[in-house]
Amino acid sequence: MSRSAIGQLVYALLAASLVALTATVKTDGYVANILMQAATYAIAVFGLSIVLGLCGQINLAQAAFFALGAYAVALGTVDHQLPFWLCLVGGMTLALAAGAALGLSTLRLGGHYLAMVTISFQQILTVVLINATGFTHGPDGVSSIPRPTGFTSVQAFLALVVAILASSGYLVWRLADTRLGRAMRAVRDNELAASANGIDIFRTKLIAFALAALLAGLGGGLFAGGFSYISPDQFAFADSIVLLTMALLGGASSPVGAAIGTGLLILIPEWLRFLKSVPGLYLAVYGLAVILIVIFMPDGIWGYLGKLFQARERERPKPAEQLTLHPVDSGAPMALEVRGLRKNFGGLKAVDGVDLQVRRGGVHALIGPNGSGKTTTLNVVTGLYRASDGAIFVDGVDVTALPAHKRTVAGLARTFQNIRLFRSMTALENVVVGAERDGNALIKGGRSALWRRAQAALDFVGLGHRVDERIPSFTYGHQRLIEIARALAANPTVLLLDEPAAGLNLSEKKALHDLLGRIAAQGLTILLIDHDMTLVAGAARHVTVLNFGRRIADGETADVLRQPDVAAAYLGVSE
Amino acid sequence: MDFFLQLLFTGIGIGAVYALVALGFVLIFRATSVVNFAQGEFSMVAAYLMVVFAVDLGWPYWVAFLISIAGMALLGAVFNLTVYYPLRNRSFLPVLISTIGASIFLSNSVLALYGPQPQVLPGWLETPGFQLGPVYLDSQYLIIIGVTLVLVGFQYWLFERTLLGKKLQATSQDKEMATLLGIPVAEMIMITFVYSAVLGGIAGILVAPVLFVSIQMGSTIALKAFAATIIGGFGDIAGAILGGFAIGVIETFGAAYISVPFKDAFAFLVLILFLIVRPQGIFGERVAEKA
Repeated sequence: MSRSAIGQLVYALLAASLVALTATVKTDGYVANILMQAATYAIAVFGLSIVLGLCGQINLAQAAFFALGAYAVALGTVDHQLPFWLCLVGGMTLALAAGAALGLSTLRLGGHYLAMVTISFQQILTVVLINATGFTHGPDGVSSIPRPTGFTSVQAFLALVVAILASSGYLVWRLADTRLGRAMRAVRDNELAASANGIDIFRTKLIAFALAALLAGLGGGLFAGGFSYISPDQFAFADSIVLLTMALLGGASSPVGAAIGTGLLILIPEWLRFLKSVPGLYLAVYGLAVILIVIFMPDGIWGYLGKLFQARERERPKPAEQLTLHPVDSGAPMALEVRGLRKNFGGLKAVDGVDLQVRRGGVHALIGPNGSGKTTTLNVVTGLYRASDGAIFVDGVDVTALPAHKRTVAGLARTFQNIRLFRSMTALENVVVGAERDGNALIKGGRSALWRRAQAALDFVGLGHRVDERIPSFTYGHQRLIEIARALAANPTVLLLDEPAAGLNLSEKKALHDLLGRIAAQGLTILLIDHDMTLVAGAARHVTVLNFGRRIADGETADVLRQPDVAAAYLGVSE
Repeated sequence: MDFFLQLLFTGIGIGAVYALVALGFVLIFRATSVVNFAQGEFSMVAAYLMVVFAVDLGWPYWVAFLISIAGMALLGAVFNLTVYYPLRNRSFLPVLISTIGASIFLSNSVLALYGPQPQVLPGWLETPGFQLGPVYLDSQYLIIIGVTLVLVGFQYWLFERTLLGKKLQATSQDKEMATLLGIPVAEMIMITFVYSAVLGGIAGILVAPVLFVSIQMGSTIALKAFAATIIGGFGDIAGAILGGFAIGVIETFGAAYISVPFKDAFAFLVLILFLIVRPQGIFGERVAEKA
């Protein structure tokens, strides 16, 4: 039995006994209230585990989404006599829609916009809840909210809430290891690398944000049923901060952390009730706690504990298999073709009408002095920059208008001059993200095939024995190899390598040269940018030379390197 | 028309306050790439310091003003050392959360020390104002507009005409390069925080006689100032100032012609509209990441 299956079994047993416990053991009203608050809040904090923990996006309006769920249940059941469950689903839908709408307007922009817009949403909602008296009952709030049939007693409803808490906790826990969860973590760790691996950044963030709002709506709806009374002051900006602090304290990236944080921050204030005798003192301590947690416990309590028990084993795919590369071949003569490519930055012509024909199979090198436009060309080809003019074809298909992640789907894969890996993930997880590329025809048979391919790619570059280590524990040269493995696992049509030899020592360069040979032997087309002439002359059959954004030479490697103007561009020799 | 001009005057006056706070936002953002969510609390704390010195202790207004401003400079320095500096090498998210924590800490500490009762700070001048044609010019609003113009001028002179200004600009544009050129980056950031706290403090002291001095005044002003920076184009100094005036005018007219209880919502609605229609603001934020 694998570790993950044991973990799931233990979780199910714990959850079932917890539900049974709350359903049978009598508690007094005070304890039941605290448990009800903790359980409904924890569901909302799970939402923050997704958006903040997995995806790295801030949300300062979680209490507002919570309020949408609560008010949907309260107003629906009390004012319109609708059934509880219908109102709960309605509230969740409302929260989801509001989250998606906010995300649509803001997630393309930087994080500070998101912080601001969520605060604004929170403030507007509070103003509306207080002032739209006719609709929301105003500052008095809504009372006598009914509970659903079968769960009318506090205890029965609490057991129901705990059951829902356990199920949503399970889903959030498992999410991290799904394709969507990996995409979220990839976006959090490195957005550029995520899009270069075929991940739609905007869509991933949007889903994370909407899911978080949905969970807040669920928690809020249950909160309304649990307490039978709600008012606008329960869902203010300060409460969004409380929810955020809960996630941070426990550890934002795991639902266990979220539950710990929620439990502590509901219980501690009960023990510290005396602080509430002076208005403000209690929240002042809260604010101070936020600063201290961020400085001294960046991964929260659970993250801190997790570091003590690291190096968890993953199911090792067996038996190991050979990495196969089957580049798609539609019959177009050129694997990659660039026509009349231009890129201007203001008045600077970084790339000025470059043509490039990369023939199928083998290694094609793009060389030129510093500032000649090599990396800019690569960035325009892979879609990180928009072309000012010109056209780009991958395997005969025009990709000029596509965003970066769609070009990866179309068959491009790349590495970066300054390494861009997902640093909080293991080597294997990094490569799995690459293998998951839409359009990778080799992944059939679901999850296990994916992990086998990732393992094979790491074996191929010689790091198969260290797949479970996280990125920071690898040397610079090994990180370069992991980046190449990530690109290979995607089974691309064309592999673009941006200065793979930079910073490598002599033996590592030799190993790289050998690796390029083994890749090319499987028929994969490589476009190589590098300054190392030994590597270029040894590995590349064709060379294109750029200078000042223009192509100054193109052809068979040996011929091109003999041309006097190429030597002049490189060495500054006059003829 | 008379009513219109009167509103315009009030809007510009309140907008000047937002502009000052927005300026503090932008300066810290340019120096550290961090949005300081406690910027509004600087205004609130300064207003309370004025209440303590000028009202409770009854010291002369200008003495209280100078002491309050000195206090703000100190607060800016402490803020830098405790809230920003330990996190300077981390990503923007922890720093942002830390400034939110600081904002909650500052406002609630003041609440704990001074109580929830809103306080009144008298205006600087005895004369309440005078009539100019159809418009009544409130003296405090005139002071606000005047001081803002002087400070904007000072800012221009500092950044464009002095060596210190050039060093501050260099720090905000490229910290590594600035370090290599021998510019003491840590000190430049310290100066930025101190200066921003002072700017926020002046804004708070100027606006206090117009509003009540309350715990909430900081966050209300800060959110609108932030909206101003986005409308102007994030990180752009001229944009922040124009954006501040725009927000002040919009909300004054919104309150007069549409709805008073929803006054505080207008700035946010305008903000969200801007984000959808023209997210780069009037002047545009330069955003680019190198691959």
